[in-house]
Amino acid sequence: MPDENKILTVSASPHVKSKDSTQRIMLDVVIALIPAGLAGCFIFGGKALLVIGLCVFFSVLFEYLSRKIMKRSNTLGDLSAVVTGLLLAYNIPVLDVAKFDGKTWKATVMTVFLCLIGSFFAIVVTKQFFGGLGQNFANPAIVGRIVLLVSFPSAMTAFTVPKAAVDAVTSATPLGVLSDASLFDRAGDIGAQLTQLSGDGYLPDLFSMFIGVKGGCIGEVSGLLILLGGFYLLMRGVISPAIPVSFIGTVSVFMLIAGKGNLPFVAYELLGGGLLLGAIFMATDYTTSPITVKGKVIFGIGCGVICSVIRLFGSMAEGVSYAILLMNIACPLIEMLTKPRPFGVEKTKKSKKEGNAA
Amino acid sequence: MAEKKSCVKEITKGFLRENPTMRLVLGTCPTLAVTTSVVNAIGMGLSATIVLICSNIAISALRKVIPSKVRIPAYIVIIASFVTVVQMIVKAFLPALDESLGIFLPLIVVNCIILGRAEAFASKNPVLLSACDGLGMGLGFTAALFCMGTVREVLGAGTFLAGIQDLVNIGGFTGFDFSEKITSIGLSPVTIFILPAGGFFVFGILMAITNKIAQGKGLPKAELHGCEHCPMAANCTRRTEQEATR
Repeated sequence: MPDENKILTVSASPHVKSKDSTQRIMLDVVIALIPAGLAGCFIFGGKALLVIGLCVFFSVLFEYLSRKIMKRSNTLGDLSAVVTGLLLAYNIPVLDVAKFDGKTWKATVMTVFLCLIGSFFAIVVTKQFFGGLGQNFANPAIVGRIVLLVSFPSAMTAFTVPKAAVDAVTSATPLGVLSDASLFDRAGDIGAQLTQLSGDGYLPDLFSMFIGVKGGCIGEVSGLLILLGGFYLLMRGVISPAIPVSFIGTVSVFMLIAGKGNLPFVAYELLGGGLLLGAIFMATDYTTSPITVKGKVIFGIGCGVICSVIRLFGSMAEGVSYAILLMNIACPLIEMLTKPRPFGVEKTKKSKKEGNAA
Repeated sequence: MAEKKSCVKEITKGFLRENPTMRLVLGTCPTLAVTTSVVNAIGMGLSATIVLICSNIAISALRKVIPSKVRIPAYIVIIASFVTVVQMIVKAFLPALDESLGIFLPLIVVNCIILGRAEAFASKNPVLLSACDGLGMGLGFTAALFCMGTVREVLGAGTFLAGIQDLVNIGGFTGFDFSEKITSIGLSPVTIFILPAGGFFVFGILMAITNKIAQGKGLPKAELHGCEHCPMAANCTRRTEQEATR
């Protein structure tokens, strides 16, 4: 393969030069992801750092090996594998040793295995089998997470108790508590139940929820720091607000209706799972989200609807990753529907089907 | 079709050159549905093989009697009779297999491989050759199912040949079970491989490997060799269009 940078690019005008490169964008995403990861390490201890390190290492390794085996150019420099590894790690919980007969080494073996399988499906299957960055049909980290979630349901929900939480009595995620029919009944008085649950230690209070002292995956716990990273990406122009706002907005509307107007309930639902992480960092992946603003809004609303329906009516507590995956697959269709009309071209009414020239 | 056909060649072609699942991409529905365990895969493969041999023989013997306009219904009737026979035998002697294969056993009637071979081969060739074709295709199908079943069962459930005692009794052998060893070091089987998503994944990978091996042997890329071999050619719009332009 010739050096890509040396090929003379001949393209139609306008010839706009930009300093943007894949590498710079990915670097910005990495920078934006760091605070949430640090929060995860602070809350869950050094094991979180192990998960992050392993996922990034395996992702980069798989990226290198698969490109090498497929005899394609080396793409480690664009940092996309690092981003995928980070996002994948943020979607894996620090395993609860109690679920492995209290043996730390067993939990560690499983952690390594989770990172390995997740990185393989993310990088090799989702990305490189389909042709590399820009060709993946879905967000690699999302596919990695879903493969893990489907394959190892007990390990992936073996959340560990946050180290920083002194009085927490349960490691279940807030969403898990809210979808547990024996603890929480949506038909009853929601406000009173929420106060009682947080008084009994089942739910952290809203401030802990916001800064991240709660059970959950490594990178999804701290809403504050995810939002901080999101603002950084917005400032740098890496992502447009269309998808996150419409995604989170749709979920809020659904939860407002389901919670009969109870605002703390909406807050618990928004901060409880991977919604912020998914909406800001994963749904906005360039390859698998629409280009136009209209398309992005449709994409975000679709994600919100699917996510809310899974959370409210499904058997699972969390639906963000499935929502994003389904909308990723629907993305080409949205793209087709929202293709902008070129300037000067008349609006075509549904034209009669032209006879196929045989 | 100038080359002379030999029985051996008709049998061996089913394994690699014209493997029904991996190269002709026929019969994918049972391939994906029943390969969650090796025993199911073998049971399905052998049942289909028996039906395939019998229906190929019958259709080949009747090929000059069946009017071409009603040949598809005629084939289906013949195939359905043999499937019923096989189903009853399995129900009587291997009830556990019948239970695990479920609806996919009677559905052999509409298995594309069987109808496809009837249309593409048995209706044009003498009885002995058709029987060999049926045997080769059936064993090729079984081999493909066996490979898929092996990968999926070992990775997805941590067992191999589990439940073999339902199929044949080999001195009380009940298959291998690694799942306890796996859980004892903290791991667990990768469940997605016995779910539909994993089925498609393994199918795709095996197909790629088969094509790679076939390419190494200088065989042509997997295709139906034009319209002559396609069972749908008679009603195919593309074919009629092509003929219209000719």
